Amino acid sequence: MSVNWSKYSAPMAFYPLAGRLIPWFACVAVVLMGVGLYMGFFVAPTDFQQGEAYRIIFVHVPAAWMSMFLYVVMAVWAGIGLGLNARLSFMMAQAIAPTGAMFTFLALLTGAMWGKPTWGAWWVWDARLTSELILLFQYAGVMLLRTSIDDLRRADRSSAVFALVGVVNVPIIYFSVQWWNTLHQGASVSMSTGSKMAATMLTAMLLMTLAFWLYSVAVILSRVRCIVIERESLPVWEGEPTVVQKVAEVR
Amino acid sequence: MKPRHKRFVFIGLGLLALGVATVLVLNAFQSNLVFFFTPTQVASGEVPQGKSFRIGGMVEDGSLVRENDGLTVRFSVTDTAKSVPVTYKGILPDLFKEGKGAVAQGQLGADGTFIASEVLAKHDENYMPPEAAEALAKAKASGAQQSKSLVVPQGKKESL
Repeated sequence: MSVNWSKYSAPMAFYPLAGRLIPWFACVAVVLMGVGLYMGFFVAPTDFQQGEAYRIIFVHVPAAWMSMFLYVVMAVWAGIGLGLNARLSFMMAQAIAPTGAMFTFLALLTGAMWGKPTWGAWWVWDARLTSELILLFQYAGVMLLRTSIDDLRRADRSSAVFALVGVVNVPIIYFSVQWWNTLHQGASVSMSTGSKMAATMLTAMLLMTLAFWLYSVAVILSRVRCIVIERESLPVWEGEPTVVQKVAEVR
Repeated sequence: MKPRHKRFVFIGLGLLALGVATVLVLNAFQSNLVFFFTPTQVASGEVPQGKSFRIGGMVEDGSLVRENDGLTVRFSVTDTAKSVPVTYKGILPDLFKEGKGAVAQGQLGADGTFIASEVLAKHDENYMPPEAAEALAKAKASGAQQSKSLVVPQGKKESL
């Protein structure tokens, strides 16, 4: 039995599918986050130099990874949207931006909290920190550009181009610590050199990353459902007129 | 080619052009993007004269001296090839230690001493429990462990 996956590119068909998927992603995310935080705070050993302050890594690094990953995913959806003129792709790109911005902010905030006791400064203008800050502005730019244009199709296309252009910043963030000398340390976990962390620390960090990833999926799917209702004038409940229609009738 | 294929090719070419442009721009600004200069660059005169800049490297073992006023410290920053003497008046960050990375902001004095107005500790990418650090210190006798980063893990038995 083959499933016709392409039918889910229609917002109307995707809406119930997303609704069925959300609880699964949300539940697994909560469980993984619990396990990850427990491992991070109680199982993982104290670091030999930083003491307990290093434990912010279990939020900081997953958040920073997600901030970059979500931007790429957003740009891919924007690109597919531009190429195929698919409404749902633009809606996905629109739904990803706030979560990506949240993770970028979280990475910057936890980084500052770690930087003060470790480096001796909340903030420095080195290449890694500055490019991550620019990423936050890019997310803000994508969202602002969308809301500043009333015509939905034009808003979709302009913010998609903005998102695609900004994707050049992602490799800059990732490789900034290799290309230039920065105050921010190099990658503790990388594809080429493996891990420079103790095994339990790494496990906890990867669990948190997976948890953040599943959380993102759940939140983005919920948001895309709201966007579908808003933009497609879908009835919120079976047989009932939409909120927009109700408001229109009252007036 | 269908119109949608054309659009994808157009997007791909656009991203490619953008990527090339970014590489060229970043290459042109290479020297402006570094956070600090190394002692070798200081020795070869590549650093701005009469202006504030940052130097970074490892705090040389046995070079940290505290003056009698309790605030002024002297130490040398090295990249294993060259070293620069630094004086700093102020509170050092907790992770500042001999044999560890540090970044200092300030100016080069006439006598070649770097007068720092701010000192930051540069942390490396190694995370491990104290026991592992001790094991590493033993292994270090053979000199096998080498990090690619500026900060060579010393793995010394240090208090937390």
